[in-house]
Amino acid sequence: MTALLTPLGMAGRMVLAALAAIGRMAMFAANGVVHIFRPPWYPGEFLNALIQIGWLSLPVVGLTALFTGGALALQIYAGGARFSAESVVPSIVAIGMVRELGPVLGGLMVAARVASSIAAEIGTMKVTEQIDALVTLSTHPMKYLTAPRLVAATLAVPVLVAVGDSIGILGGYLVGVNRLGFNPATYLANTREFLELSDVVSGLWKGAAFGFIVALSGCFHGMNSGRGAQGVGRATKSAVVAASVMILAANYVLTEVFFSA
Amino acid sequence: MIELRDIRKSFGANHVLRGVNLTVPAGESMVIIGGSGTGKSVLLKCILGLVPPDGGQILIDGLYVEKSDREAFLARFGMLFQGGALFDSLPVWQNVAFRLLRGHSRRPRAEAREIAIEKLRRVGLKPEVADLYPAELSGGMQKRVGLARAIAAEPEIIFFDEPTTGLDPIMAGVINELIREIVSEMGATAITITHDMSSVRAIADRVAMLHEGIIQWTGPIEELDTTPDPYVQQFIHGRAEGPIPAVR
Repeated sequence: MTALLTPLGMAGRMVLAALAAIGRMAMFAANGVVHIFRPPWYPGEFLNALIQIGWLSLPVVGLTALFTGGALALQIYAGGARFSAESVVPSIVAIGMVRELGPVLGGLMVAARVASSIAAEIGTMKVTEQIDALVTLSTHPMKYLTAPRLVAATLAVPVLVAVGDSIGILGGYLVGVNRLGFNPATYLANTREFLELSDVVSGLWKGAAFGFIVALSGCFHGMNSGRGAQGVGRATKSAVVAASVMILAANYVLTEVFFSA
Repeated sequence: MIELRDIRKSFGANHVLRGVNLTVPAGESMVIIGGSGTGKSVLLKCILGLVPPDGGQILIDGLYVEKSDREAFLARFGMLFQGGALFDSLPVWQNVAFRLLRGHSRRPRAEAREIAIEKLRRVGLKPEVADLYPAELSGGMQKRVGLARAIAAEPEIIFFDEPTTGLDPIMAGVINELIREIVSEMGATAITITHDMSSVRAIADRVAMLHEGIIQWTGPIEELDTTPDPYVQQFIHGRAEGPIPAVR
């Protein structure tokens, strides 16, 4: 009987620990949002975060989108050929990129690049007492470190998604025209014809949500980092894993919200 | 004046502070000594509000330091951290002028830079250091920058956490001398925690010894060598035998 209960007990403890972690992160998020609206504000930190999160993520998001758009064109062409529907390539590439792959892959790439960097930076600040130093200098760490990053990521990632969408469609166009023999004018016309504004807007909302998640996960795990190099390493890993899982879960929820009707 | 009444703090079963009572009169330099792991840093963090005490009261100038007063308290306060705790992402002058560039004490950028360079000069650093980043400085220079940052806003209360740890004896002497001079000329109330006896003798007006979570002994620096207290005598002479167990 004990042998049977031990794994159950372990599973129960894991579930409780996971729920406690979710609760702590939710409270951290609420606290962070409150500090966004309460002065003092730190525009220098916000601009720096905007550059770090937005501008410097452009190459990785752009390259991801370019190759994804190209691969998508090849896949849809091959799949469409099975029922003589090769002509759907431009519209499916555009809709697939804008609704799903642009935001999700962009979000995941930003999670890998930015959540890790934020967690490592803030975690190192914590273990070297820089966070304590901020407090002694009359500066609230949530206002100085978390709030600017939350706002910057929430604003920057939709822009990254928009750029990624465009580059992804360009990738599909290049493969479609040069490799699959589509007429350039027809390809562009089909892309324009089937793409709706709501497709683009939903993707941008997803981008905003994913940006918030990335910054939240990086700041939360950095602020709660353990001691020493091992603690910072663990915080960095947890930040990326948590951000990635939350992005995928949020993507499903947002897709239900935007498109279930 | 800083007054600590029955400050208690435990981490699980580890009772670090078991009722610390200590008074530091205004303008006096108090040095708290004690072995590693006796709770000296925890005590400082309790006063600062970085670690909430489980019990007891903290009074500054006769007023209880409640949460709402924390901002006002911190505005009068400067601290030199053990490892410097300089912000890696900012050049030296912005570290020193951190408080002057943000929030309520905000000054024009040029003025803040001027004050920072003046404070750097006060701790013996040349103006050329101002535009370097902390990672480009030696340990001794980082301590001096930390000291310059601690005094930049002319605080009334300054804390020094192990100010000479990791420095060679000559640099430790320089830092001790600087601290003594600065505290005297500013008329600040200072609390230093250390186990470096050369720091104690250079900085202290009064000394308190923290052991097993309470203040075992306190008295003026002149009485440190003559007190019969066995804890103090064992500590200042670095003896393995005595009431303080060597293995803790």
